[in-house]
Amino acid sequence: MAQKIKTAIIGPGNIGTDLLAKLMRSPLLEPVWMVGVDPESDGLKRAAKLGIKTTAQGVDGLLPFVKEDDIKIVFDATSAYVHKENADKLTPLGVLMIDLTPAAIGPFCVPPANLKEQLGRGVNNVNMVTCGGQATIPMVYAVSRIQPVEYAEIVATVSSRSAGPGTRKNIDEFTRTTANAVEQVGGARQGKAIIILNPAEPPLIMRDTVHCLTEGEADQEKITASIHSMITDVQKYVPGYRLVNGPVFDGNRVSVYLEVEGLGDYLPKYSGNLDIMTAAAARTAEMFAEQLQAIATA
Amino acid sequence: MSKNVILHDMTLRDGMHPKRHQITLTQMSDIAQGLDDAGVPLIEVTHGDGLGGASVNYGFPAHSDEEYLSTVVPLMKQAKVSALLLPGIGTVDHLKMAHDIGVSTIRVATHCTEADVAEQHISLGRKLGMDTVGFLMMSHMNEPKGLAEQAKLMESYGANCIYVTDSAGHLLPNSVVDRLRAVRDVLAPDTELGFHGHHNLGMGVANSVAAIQAGADRIDAAAAGLGAGAGNTPLEVLVAVLDLMNVDTGVDVFKIQDVAEDLVVPIMDFPIRVDRDALTLGYAGVYGSFLLFAKRAEQKYGVPAREILVEMGRRGMIGGQEDMIEDTALSLLRQKQST
Repeated sequence: MAQKIKTAIIGPGNIGTDLLAKLMRSPLLEPVWMVGVDPESDGLKRAAKLGIKTTAQGVDGLLPFVKEDDIKIVFDATSAYVHKENADKLTPLGVLMIDLTPAAIGPFCVPPANLKEQLGRGVNNVNMVTCGGQATIPMVYAVSRIQPVEYAEIVATVSSRSAGPGTRKNIDEFTRTTANAVEQVGGARQGKAIIILNPAEPPLIMRDTVHCLTEGEADQEKITASIHSMITDVQKYVPGYRLVNGPVFDGNRVSVYLEVEGLGDYLPKYSGNLDIMTAAAARTAEMFAEQLQAIATA
Repeated sequence: MSKNVILHDMTLRDGMHPKRHQITLTQMSDIAQGLDDAGVPLIEVTHGDGLGGASVNYGFPAHSDEEYLSTVVPLMKQAKVSALLLPGIGTVDHLKMAHDIGVSTIRVATHCTEADVAEQHISLGRKLGMDTVGFLMMSHMNEPKGLAEQAKLMESYGANCIYVTDSAGHLLPNSVVDRLRAVRDVLAPDTELGFHGHHNLGMGVANSVAAIQAGADRIDAAAAGLGAGAGNTPLEVLVAVLDLMNVDTGVDVFKIQDVAEDLVVPIMDFPIRVDRDALTLGYAGVYGSFLLFAKRAEQKYGVPAREILVEMGRRGMIGGQEDMIEDTALSLLRQKQST
């Protein structure tokens, strides 16, 4: 069996810690480093306990070990601003960066929609859009691959507990980035995104609604089949991704009502929004890892 | 009781809900000019769900926010124009657009426990020199103390006025007073306090009077009550009541009646009244603008609107979750069919 591809995670917060759990299970990836800035942070301590190398010196603490430890893929779960600095330092060392921040330096990546396309392009940085984007863009794509979509709109509802201070401070970034990716990756001519934070207790599982307006009357049979097949594709890496209702057809409107339950690796199951981000990032890395292994053994 | 109160008209924003956002530019100009002439100092003009609300989810309007605002703003002789913005739906780009057109008041609305999503919008409004209002929706879903904490956050971002907003029309006069007093207690003396009521339990006017007695400086109301659910506090009634109480509003008692009767009632698609579904909103504490969506789902799927609304309340749905109405109707229908 080919050797696992070695990886590092920057940002030992909720996302980074949940991602670590997923990487530790991966047959293709090996998490080697967890990078933070606070030696007292729970995330770093937790990673160290799991036998992962840690540094509290930020990306500078990792740089000397990139070649030594043969790190090929680095996940960035910090913030948009910090990601730019991290990418500037790491990219020259030949690593692939998987960006879980809204920085979007590299192209958007939503695995079942456009990951294969990214693989062939030799990119060194891909952006994972937003949680709402990961949950909904596969559905927009499932419609647009059958019939042109004039307009697509997504409504992501997450529990208040699963929306961190970063999201709250810059909620416009969510709506803008998601709407852009609905167009660029989903294939809609025009995209719109809405996010709602619901404080109900016990916390609600993430809900996502996708409305597409097709060019002309929607082809019900083909679109329904495409949506069901896409649900199965997403379930391969997010088992809790479910179609609750729909597709509802109303003239040229196609509406899909989804629910995303997380695996509960580190974050509670209701925060499917965070789980789908880490799962999509891990999935993306695995596909790149397969490619790297193929090159190594060729 | 002698006091000045600013009445803020909702006819052309909350009133967009029962009009399915289809008010024409002519209707909007006529009503806005009537309100201006009657002495209403502040008039809100936006999609019912705020700037950027144009969507499948909330309804596409007859005209864009930009068109409505640039039609109304230049016509105003004394009234100022405000716009509503819900972070998560509208963005700072919409806010800048409204400011450029001449909107002087921006009201940034969040659910009553989520004030911290409004930081970037409130601080920008303040930076642009706008009258900047924090608007805490569904206020019945937070206790007075919690509401006060959220109000304080909005004030810290730069809001110069905080609203307790009864989006479901669920509050009663004593619970209005408790909330307003708690909020008043934590705010700086020069930060204003406002109340936005709905008439689902028939308490619009009574709650507004209670709010004024508890220290409110601004009260929202709509001519002929044109607003979501059973409507907003009817403006012409409130003006008459406040006149009898010697509260100075600057609004002419008879002129505002004429606006309501001659300009607003004729454009209604149906009477704005406390029917059983609107009453259910108030009784169960459900977001006002769900009403028409639930009625349409009833027509399409045969599940009573009242059942859908009660289920929405049970599931803890909040403002903006209009998408969950069709979803809830379909789930209820499936349950019925399987039993």
